[in-house]
Amino acid sequence: MNWHAVRAIYLFEMARTRRTLLQSVLAPVISTTLYFVVFGSAIGGYIPEVEGVSYGAFIVPGLIMLSLLTQSVSNASFAIFFPKFTRSIYELLSAPVSHFEIVLSYVGAAATKSVLLSLIILATASVFVPFRIEHPLWMLFFLVLTALTFSMLGFILGIWADNFEKLQLVPLLIITPLTFLGGSFYSIDMLPPAWQTVSLLNPVVYLVSAFRWSFYGSADVAVGVSLAMALLFLAVFVAIVMWMFRTGYRLKP
Amino acid sequence: MQTIISISELSKTYAGGFAALKQVSLDIRRGEIFALLGPNGAGKTTLISIVCGLVTPSTGRVTVDGHDIIDDYRAARAMIGLVPQELTTDAFESVWNTVSFSRGLFGKPARPGYIEQLLKDLSLWDKKDAKLMMLSGGMKRRVLIAKALSHEPRILFLDEPTAGVDVELRRDMWQLVRRLRDTGVTVILTTHYIEEAEEMADRVGVISKGALILVEEKAALMQKLGGKQLTLQLQTALQAIPPALARYGLRLAKGGAELIYAYDGEGEETAIVDLLQELSAVGIGFSDLHTTQRSLEDIFVSLVAEPASAPQRMGEVS
Ligand SMILES: Nc1ncnc2c1ncn2[C@@H]1O[C@H](COP(=O)(O)OP(=O)(O)OP(=O)(O)O)[C@@H](O)[C@H]1O
Ligand SMILES: [Mg+2]
Repeated sequence: MNWHAVRAIYLFEMARTRRTLLQSVLAPVISTTLYFVVFGSAIGGYIPEVEGVSYGAFIVPGLIMLSLLTQSVSNASFAIFFPKFTRSIYELLSAPVSHFEIVLSYVGAAATKSVLLSLIILATASVFVPFRIEHPLWMLFFLVLTALTFSMLGFILGIWADNFEKLQLVPLLIITPLTFLGGSFYSIDMLPPAWQTVSLLNPVVYLVSAFRWSFYGSADVAVGVSLAMALLFLAVFVAIVMWMFRTGYRLKP
Repeated sequence: MQTIISISELSKTYAGGFAALKQVSLDIRRGEIFALLGPNGAGKTTLISIVCGLVTPSTGRVTVDGHDIIDDYRAARAMIGLVPQELTTDAFESVWNTVSFSRGLFGKPARPGYIEQLLKDLSLWDKKDAKLMMLSGGMKRRVLIAKALSHEPRILFLDEPTAGVDVELRRDMWQLVRRLRDTGVTVILTTHYIEEAEEMADRVGVISKGALILVEEKAALMQKLGGKQLTLQLQTALQAIPPALARYGLRLAKGGAELIYAYDGEGEETAIVDLLQELSAVGIGFSDLHTTQRSLEDIFVSLVAEPASAPQRMGEVS
């Protein structure tokens, strides 16, 4: 292992976050706060308890997932797209680093950022609504697993995208809708049966469900199934990244 | 001399079907300065990019100090520093950070004293905290050089180091290359300019349309490339060159209407005077004359068109 390289890339990426601290942290915190104010307090007051918890508390895991997913994807995709765009990626590609080391450092940094951000949002949420975390270790586990999985997806997106539009369109057209339809703000049980079935095709449903289970102990989908699905997504994304590197897809002519 | 980079039968056909390199074989010697000379699109950058791992070769094999660039890429790449042709830097980083980053990327533990000396050598020390986007083009190029040297490579690739660079930086660059060579670093540079090869290189390779058409010691090549020629428009066409003039190695063109004398750039001008006197002595009159220096372009054309003529002319000169 070229640990010096892993460390260099990781710290470089974290330094990039520090430079854009305001944009990286404040923006998601503000938007999440708005969600709490609007959904949790304003509208939530009219909604009865869902699965035994107040609506405000019910949406906490979903909201964290929402920003975890979008931040993971955008952090990781930008991290690899930008050097590709400026062509400074030549250095990475000519360095004595393995594909695994590249992925580990970039995806690791992106995941670190989004996990930290999620914890900040969690802290912010606790200001607005009281909630409990029944399985804190599982909560952290799902947080990290999801961050890694979607950072991986972001990494794929960053390699694939050959312009800024694609880089931004995919999260907008795919990730955000999937997250909103993934049960962030509602329980899948609230949907008509046909839509419940359709929902099961949405990968985000499993992540939100498992994450919410770690808070309140109840889930839309059995936790074991969610865990298996989450690991499956990770495996699929890892396979895609490895294929991209092996073939030099959009990296090496 | 020991070989440090061995390239054998390397070919590259890009995805579009364009053959950018054709069966290139080349050995770079340890510690030499090797100039790769060639016109735009010849395949210089492609060749360097393959050795550095930026482009996947179609066929062929490259080893760096015995390490295959694919099977043993870590060992091979750790020895190499690359200064790319284009100015490509991260915009928001500081000079110090980006150079230190490069060192880590190549697997070396931090060594601030070395980086400091490197930045001082490249006149970048007072800019160490400046953001890259605030630097001028020449400064950026220095930063790219600093990045390439940050991990103390044994081999340095400079892809057109002096393109768009002012005289002062060019001189600095040449000095730097010589200093590196003195410490045993092998330097491979590409250029369009014969003068640059002349100034710096120990050996020169000429590449054209993806094929390596000659590799030669600089001294020998310069005689060949530096040649001029005198063309005389004769008043009456000649059938053959009079034996009395044989020692000039003259050549007839345009069906005998032109007489061509090729000579070395330096020192042989006096021979022209002799030639003209001897011409009038044997009664050959001419209506006009002009001299031309063979441009690099001409040389490529002649090398590609009539490879056989190159060694012959060399023989004449030496
Ligand atoms: N990624 C690519 N895809 C397709 N063709 C390419 C690619 N990169 C280079 N080429 C083509 O390969 C040929 C050789 O290019 P290369 O950059 O190696 O030339 P060069 O000798 O470095 O030229 P220059 O002096 O202009 O830098 C050119 O015709 C170029 O258009
Ligand atoms: Mg080039």
